[in-house]
Amino acid sequence: MKTVVCIKQVLQLGDEVEFTADGLDVDPDYLDPALNEWDSFATEEALQLRERLGGEVVLVTCGSKQSEAALRRCLAMGADRAIRIEGVDRDPFSVARALADVVSAENSDLVLCGVQSSDAVQAATGTALAELLDLPRAAVITKLDYSGAGTAVVDRELEGGLIDRVEVDTPAVLTIQTGINQPRYANLRAIKQAEQVEIDVRSAAGGGTPAYRVRKMFVPDRGEGAEMLNGSPAEIAARIASIVKERLA
Amino acid sequence: MSVLVVAEHLRGQIRDVTRELITAGREVGPVTVAVIGQDPGSLVDAVNIDGVTEIVTVTIGAGEFENDAYQAAVEALIADRKPRLTLLGFTVNSMGYGPAAAVKLGLGFASDVHGIALEGDAVIATRSFYGSKVSAELEFPGVNGVMLLLRPTVWSPAEGVGNSSVTALDVAAVPSRARHLELIEATAASDVDITQADFLLSIGRGIGDKENVEMFKELAEKMGATLSVSRPLVDAGWMPSSRQVGQSGKTVKPTVYLAFGISGAVQHLAGMKTSGTIIAVNTDPEAAIFNVAQYGAKADLFDVAEELEKLY
Ligand SMILES: Cc1cc2nc3c(=O)[nH]c(=O)nc-3n(C[C@H](O)[C@H](O)[C@H](O)COP(=O)(O)OP(=O)(O)OC[C@H]3O[C@@H](n4cnc5c(N)ncnc54)[C@H](O)[C@@H]3O)c2cc1C
Ligand SMILES: Nc1ncnc2c1ncn2[C@@H]1O[C@H](COP(=O)(O)O)[C@@H](O)[C@H]1O
Repeated sequence: MKTVVCIKQVLQLGDEVEFTADGLDVDPDYLDPALNEWDSFATEEALQLRERLGGEVVLVTCGSKQSEAALRRCLAMGADRAIRIEGVDRDPFSVARALADVVSAENSDLVLCGVQSSDAVQAATGTALAELLDLPRAAVITKLDYSGAGTAVVDRELEGGLIDRVEVDTPAVLTIQTGINQPRYANLRAIKQAEQVEIDVRSAAGGGTPAYRVRKMFVPDRGEGAEMLNGSPAEIAARIASIVKERLA
Repeated sequence: MSVLVVAEHLRGQIRDVTRELITAGREVGPVTVAVIGQDPGSLVDAVNIDGVTEIVTVTIGAGEFENDAYQAAVEALIADRKPRLTLLGFTVNSMGYGPAAAVKLGLGFASDVHGIALEGDAVIATRSFYGSKVSAELEFPGVNGVMLLLRPTVWSPAEGVGNSSVTALDVAAVPSRARHLELIEATAASDVDITQADFLLSIGRGIGDKENVEMFKELAEKMGATLSVSRPLVDAGWMPSSRQVGQSGKTVKPTVYLAFGISGAVQHLAGMKTSGTIIAVNTDPEAAIFNVAQYGAKADLFDVAEELEKLY
């Protein structure tokens, strides 16, 4: 049983923003890296499959040297090895093309992605990757039932929480939704050990038309925006209580 | 500019997002609506809306959505009708086949799009990045067409009866590698119906710890509010899914929605943005929840909760 998990290091914007000189992205100084939440659930699912069925969990990310921190987080959770593909990290088609060769060469039973990356909210990379690998796929999975061969039975979570139970041929690409499991915490020793693991760095094949090109990034006009309640917590609470009282009257 | 809208339906009903796509599409050009299903003819009337010039039906074997059948149908439709723009909802179904069809056909592609503009013959899409704190304009150079997955509830649902033609397109059946088995209702033991509440006190990941849920239960009771939550609290098993507000939870519209420690992710906003009065407390003054709130406070939720407690 081999599972490949695609991992993204996401970038989080705080309460201040400046743009790069070309105006096409946020200045990296204003961004904090983190492991994409969905990918920790995908990693946990792969680890549970390995615990049940044996085998290997292989991590793959596409990104800069800095994104190795996300791989190490998942190595500390217990993944066996990690590959980083030097290259772009956002456009879902360029990322999927970069991932495809490496993932294909692993010949895994399953490929797990997150439903979406929290900084881009595209929900596209996994499904595009499945197409490039010519693999069956299912998106937004909250339950995975797989015995290591043949078909897997998965729950797709639709709007409103309705479940669509689907039988999917394997190998397959699944995009994993939060809540499918409880991702484990890595202990300090595992985190230290993960720092020492050699990460296999590859270069991207490249080529192909990107899904899109950003031509301008900007802070959206908030319109009216919210009226901000200022003052001490006591003053804020008093205002909230009076607004609530007035509205419910 | 020719536009193809792919209708979405579930259990024999056209879903609301389809009429929103028609609204977005008819602002751009003549709209063709594709209805793909086992009995697409039964759904034609529901999409015969003002601005739709043509309805194309594609009959497939599966009783409900299956991604291989949808992908084959949409690819055939695009090859046949050559739309400059194809519109799908940013929904769970579309996530399963839209990006696959677009990458295969070499289309431009973007998801969670909330604005469309035309510049001459070029499509410009607007979407958000970084927790909805910034927006970006996207262009699609060097492609033969563009597929956009549109954010639900941004465009208003199209109305007015149309007089569209109806034609059938034959698409060769493809083997389905992910087969629909059954639909299962979310059956979390529901102690309350949050959709009926007039006043929701809603808590998010900002509350930090499971231990803190109890104090908000008490605060809600004191204030006469019903407690609801964002998804991470359900994922963590701290609260039942019957309390979850949002796209995969409940859509609510209380008179007052008081949010503590909720960032305002799109899928959360989808379930509560039409509430009467929204009040949000968050330590991050740039949190997206403030975009939909009428009142906001940049404050620590525990400090405010403690003071509120004293007032009730
Ligand atoms: C297909 C799909 C469906 C989804 N459906 C839903 C859904 O139905 N409902 C839903 O909610 N989500 C849903 N999500 C998840 C959604 O994308 C977000 O991940 C989620 O809404 C985030 O929840 P949150 O705001 O509580 O957490 P976070 O985004 O982590 O925000 C926590 C907030 O708390 C603030 N905070 C932290 N500490 C304090 C403090 N002491 N005082 C005040 N503020 C503080 C922070 O500044 C931050 O803004 C869905 C996702 C997908 C992909
Ligand atoms: N740069 C990347 N490297 C590896 N996997 C990625 C990358 N970007 C996205 N993914 C995978 O695709 C999923 C969805 O991301 P997105 O399509 O950007 O919303 C993520 O949860 C990852 O599993």
